[in-house]
Amino acid sequence: MMERSLTRRLSAGLVPAVPYLWLGVLFLVPFLIVLKISLSDPAVAQPPYKPVFEWSDIAGFFGGLDLENFTLLIEDDLYFRATLSSVRIAAISTLLLLLVGFPIAYGMARAPERYRALLVAAIILPFWTSFLIRIYAWVAILKPEGLLTQALMAVGLISEPLDILNTETAVYIGIVYAYLPFMVLPLYATLEKMDDTLLEAALDLGSTPWRSFWTITVPLAMPGIIAGSLLCFIPAVGEFVIPDLLGGSETLMIGRQLWSEFFSNRDWPLASAVAILLLIVLVVPIVIYRDVEARRVETQR
Amino acid sequence: MRRSFAPWANPDAKPLIRFENVTKRFGESTAVDHLSLDIFEGEFFCLLGPSGCGKTTLMRMLAGFESPTEGTITLGDQNLAGVPPYRRPVNMMFQSYALFPHMSVEKNIAFGLKQDGMPKDQIADRVGEMLRLVQLEKLARRYPSQLSGGQRQRVALARALAKKPKVLLLDEPLGALDKKLREETQFELMDIQHDLHMTFVVVTHDQEEAMTMADRIAVMDHGRIVQVATPGEIYEQPKTRFIAEFVGDVNIIEGHVQGQENGLWRVKTSSAEVPLTIDDPDEVLHSGQAVAIAVRPEKMVIQRDLPGPGAINVLTGEVWDIGYLGDWTVYRVKLATGEILRVTRANASRFVENPIEWDEQVYVTFAPDAAVILAE
Repeated sequence: MMERSLTRRLSAGLVPAVPYLWLGVLFLVPFLIVLKISLSDPAVAQPPYKPVFEWSDIAGFFGGLDLENFTLLIEDDLYFRATLSSVRIAAISTLLLLLVGFPIAYGMARAPERYRALLVAAIILPFWTSFLIRIYAWVAILKPEGLLTQALMAVGLISEPLDILNTETAVYIGIVYAYLPFMVLPLYATLEKMDDTLLEAALDLGSTPWRSFWTITVPLAMPGIIAGSLLCFIPAVGEFVIPDLLGGSETLMIGRQLWSEFFSNRDWPLASAVAILLLIVLVVPIVIYRDVEARRVETQR
Repeated sequence: MRRSFAPWANPDAKPLIRFENVTKRFGESTAVDHLSLDIFEGEFFCLLGPSGCGKTTLMRMLAGFESPTEGTITLGDQNLAGVPPYRRPVNMMFQSYALFPHMSVEKNIAFGLKQDGMPKDQIADRVGEMLRLVQLEKLARRYPSQLSGGQRQRVALARALAKKPKVLLLDEPLGALDKKLREETQFELMDIQHDLHMTFVVVTHDQEEAMTMADRIAVMDHGRIVQVATPGEIYEQPKTRFIAEFVGDVNIIEGHVQGQENGLWRVKTSSAEVPLTIDDPDEVLHSGQAVAIAVRPEKMVIQRDLPGPGAINVLTGEVWDIGYLGDWTVYRVKLATGEILRVTRANASRFVENPIEWDEQVYVTFAPDAAVILAE
């Protein structure tokens, strides 16, 4: 009897421990390792940094750690500009995603119920193809003799080939294309749940459809707007593949910087410091979101 | 004061709302079928009918959410065709209340006023006035999710009233409330309507609600209006069997007209040996016509002793069921034909000696003017 209740208590305690264990092993420990490397010095060795942890020399290990890499990040304004540029590109992309995604999500939520599952499937469908291939496909579309130029010239809209590949515009196109499902799906989820009689009530009380959209639909879709924006903004800041394939050499993004430190320069400690910097940039919006969300829930629930 | 209010009886009175030959079709199905109806200013008007009878569609056409397939709706002197809901001097209280979840009670009430561009201080005054009217002053800053069902209903009412619409539409306004609260709210709604001299149009499927509140009731069935009349007329002089059965309880005895004697109809039925005598002079009938006789349960008398030889409209049966409801006792009496009559008796005294019991042989009688003849 006693034994059974003990095992039950243990297993009851174990269930919530699983996610903590997962997060601990797969997120916290790697983070600590990256943090440690960011405090190390580069070395021509295997692994390419020092000091390496050894039980026999714990004092020497901690003594070998310093903030040199972070100092470098602050002193060389390349990293600052890259971060700023990443945040700017991600922010503009997120805004564009909202502009494109909201009407799509709205249309889906308004579609007859029997078509909705199909529309959701259509939104997810691109995921069945490799991300890398889809971005490569855009190279073929956007290059000067590519599909877009050909189509626009055939229609007669332009006479000169478009020169948008290897520009920031191409990066925006790529990000908007690749991240659209992450914007549309949370928006659709909130819009679909919305009670249509609320809009009728607004109209009935004298609000025009346009005003009703801004006073009723948008505020009630806010959880979806925030979730979708964060889902797009956060990975877009650290995006590497899209700027690398579609952006030009001038397109400065921190993800690319990280890649070149890591692979071209083989400077793991500096790359790790960049990764930590990126993490800080990304954690701030999440904290803000959580705070906003908590306050909203408190007043309206 | 209210007794003398009957603009519909005045041929010179101009209706406020006028439906003329209105039809509404949704694809194949016809929700409202060539319907004409006048509603007068200051009326508490009820659209009553079973679900799917078209009453909600009729109301939504008045609010502007649906437009008629054929026919015209006028409000005052304005033809409402093509007028969007946000330009109509009509407000609606929704069945689900449709309160904006992201706005506090006062913001909800102020919403309509803001759309009109009313100055801030006037809005505040009006919101305060509305909150007092529905007794929610203390809850002004709460959100809808923090209110009880009854409180939400009041907010919805206050919000719909705030703009002082010419017509207030109420879609099943008490449907979500429990019985006690519903009864209280019925009388409150009547008081508010009376005090504000506003025209109320209520959609309901609850006949008791309609009877209590309305000046006039329009009973609808299959997209048409079957009868428009005061609650008393609807109950005592139903035009059709559908109305007699839908509004209140009724016993229906089927038979054939035998003829007329001294202004009274004689109707032969299988339920009674002697033809029944019915005093319903307005009906125009011919001999041999199939009719239904409708008698309300409370207008029938149940007794154990054989009525005197001169007695008319005597039905014989045995007690099948007795339901004691406190104020009333309901007897279900089974006739020889197998029909079951429902007879109610007010429990006027607390103790009855030798009461009627189960399986007893009883006689049920009713006066000639207690019954209504409905042509089949």
